[in-house]
Amino acid sequence: MATVDIRDVRKNFGSTAILHGVSVGIEDGEFVVLVGPSGCGKSTLLRMIAGLENITGGQVSIGDRVVNDVPPKDRDIAMVFQNYALYPHMTVRDNMAFSMTLAKAPKEVIETEVTRAARILGLEKLLDRFPRQLSGGQRQRVAMGRAIVRHPQVFLFDEPLSNLDAKLRVQMRAEIKDLHQRLKTTTIYVTHDQIEAMTMADKIVVMHGGHVEQIGAPLELYDRPANAFVAGFIGSPAMNLLPGTVQGGAFQPDGGGARWPLPAGAQATEGLRVTYGFRPEHLRLAPDGLPLTITLIEPTGSETQVTGRSGEALVVGAFRERITARVGEAIHVLPDTAQAHLFHGETGKRLNA
Amino acid sequence: MSVTTGPVTNWRRPQVQQGWLARLFDSKIFLIIACLTPAMGLLVVFLTYPLGLGIWLAFTDTHIGRGGVFIGFENFESLWYDRVFWGAVFYTVFYTGVATALKFALGLWLALLLNENLPFKSLLRAIILLPWIVPTVLSAIAFWWIFDAQFSIISYVLVDKLGLLDHYIDFLGTPWAARWSLVFANVWRGIPFVAISLLAGLQTISPSLYEAALLDGASSWQRFRRITAPLLMPILAVVLTFSVLFTFTDFQLVYAITRGGPINSTHLMATLAFQRGIPGGQLGEGAAIAVSMIPFLILATLFSYFALARRKWQQGGDDE
Repeated sequence: MATVDIRDVRKNFGSTAILHGVSVGIEDGEFVVLVGPSGCGKSTLLRMIAGLENITGGQVSIGDRVVNDVPPKDRDIAMVFQNYALYPHMTVRDNMAFSMTLAKAPKEVIETEVTRAARILGLEKLLDRFPRQLSGGQRQRVAMGRAIVRHPQVFLFDEPLSNLDAKLRVQMRAEIKDLHQRLKTTTIYVTHDQIEAMTMADKIVVMHGGHVEQIGAPLELYDRPANAFVAGFIGSPAMNLLPGTVQGGAFQPDGGGARWPLPAGAQATEGLRVTYGFRPEHLRLAPDGLPLTITLIEPTGSETQVTGRSGEALVVGAFRERITARVGEAIHVLPDTAQAHLFHGETGKRLNA
Repeated sequence: MSVTTGPVTNWRRPQVQQGWLARLFDSKIFLIIACLTPAMGLLVVFLTYPLGLGIWLAFTDTHIGRGGVFIGFENFESLWYDRVFWGAVFYTVFYTGVATALKFALGLWLALLLNENLPFKSLLRAIILLPWIVPTVLSAIAFWWIFDAQFSIISYVLVDKLGLLDHYIDFLGTPWAARWSLVFANVWRGIPFVAISLLAGLQTISPSLYEAALLDGASSWQRFRRITAPLLMPILAVVLTFSVLFTFTDFQLVYAITRGGPINSTHLMATLAFQRGIPGGQLGEGAAIAVSMIPFLILATLFSYFALARRKWQQGGDDE
């Protein structure tokens, strides 16, 4: 186990810059998720930590050691690939034992370690199968087993669940988290799925276009996104983000319609271009609220999602109450100003404390 | 909602009655016959008939211009005591064995090289293919020139330029020199096929396997031996079989360069069969030589059949 320190790391492919100075500090035993849309550089960053990509600038340390020029096998890390990268011509046992076989470990040690890993992952009965004979979830577990037997200082996961179906993904998510709680190994996990990030991480690093947008605990990111990108990326259903201006101490959305009350503690001057944000679940029914003309109603049972128009702006709300109104009718709503957000119109930076 | 749709018509898709032609082409039996006939016809005319005729001729004493009668195994009996024939068998096996080994060693090496990120990769691949594209007879003539007793460029370089030897090499005039020269020409010509086929095989191996092996601590030799080699084995077996068959039945190179000489030392079974059958006029005996290649070819095919039998790890999943 070890800390990982990523300091001002840069990556260029030819003249194209992929990472523009990324810094992340990772505590010993922490579960850190790198999350962001496709092409944000999260996988590249992970591969740089693994040593599969050169580091153009900056410094990566594992433990107390700068590993920029350390070959991958000496970095004491283990990686689980998106396609698992199991050796197709080897049995599950040989797949897991491969690194130890290469290191010429004694037979008893290999046997003990493989058995231990197989027991942790419930693979005892599959040890003599070939990867082709396994289901997706089983292959995923073998890939983790291959990482576990090495007792690495850091586990790296590169979108390990994206090849699984939805149900299995939820199950494996829990298994990976459980595994981390038992082994307490520092883990860096890459995903584009913000739900995976929210449910698994001790700390989330949101990346976008080769920059770090925000680093923080899942609920911190959820409650206080640092900018409009993080606000829109984290949370499902996504946060409502309405463009507009500050007028008369209230928010006036573009295209007219009623004015919305500013979030608590908003620091915005009159006439400033801003983005007004609130989560669907922070909209409540209020008889004296703003009128919302319903365009779509989606009941999920536990709550009802309502899409409606306020002026030109399309707004989504999620209500615990049963909505009896129909499409075309209006309901009256108010956002919870304590949980609403205001972002600068150009920079996207958060404006309320 | 504010979305407006255009005017609506009452069009419904009508029931369409199919013509007799459409129904005919929907008939499975008709389709099977219609699709198989041309291929079967071609196979019968150009494969089954010549093969059958060749085998029949091997059991007759047919000469050119004179029909023969069935004589049983007489042709094979006379071949059994024919030292030229056994010489050809020896050289065919030698030629196939040595040339195939060299082609595979060099072809695999080239394929591995081309699989790396080299500059001008596609250009290099095109150049590698050249020996295979050039018509065999054309390259045979070039080699004939290269191996010429007086004008050989190899002798010229070794003797006149470098001074390593004091006399010109008689490549095609002495038996062993001629044998090796032909093997060399065959290797030159055969490498592209091996290299390109193996390169295709190499490219089916997922790069993430190498990355995983890299993290598992495998050196480049270990990555080759434990990842590349076993995963390449299936395609290697196919290419090996084809290469053996092509080399064993080779005719053009040898016939164009040495015509079996000097003193029959470079006759392959194919060239000897032709020599005896067509210029020699003894069709029956020529056919018998050709037919005696068949056991060797069956052996090679069987080898591939068993080597190619899908390995256990290639088989699909049988989940419980």
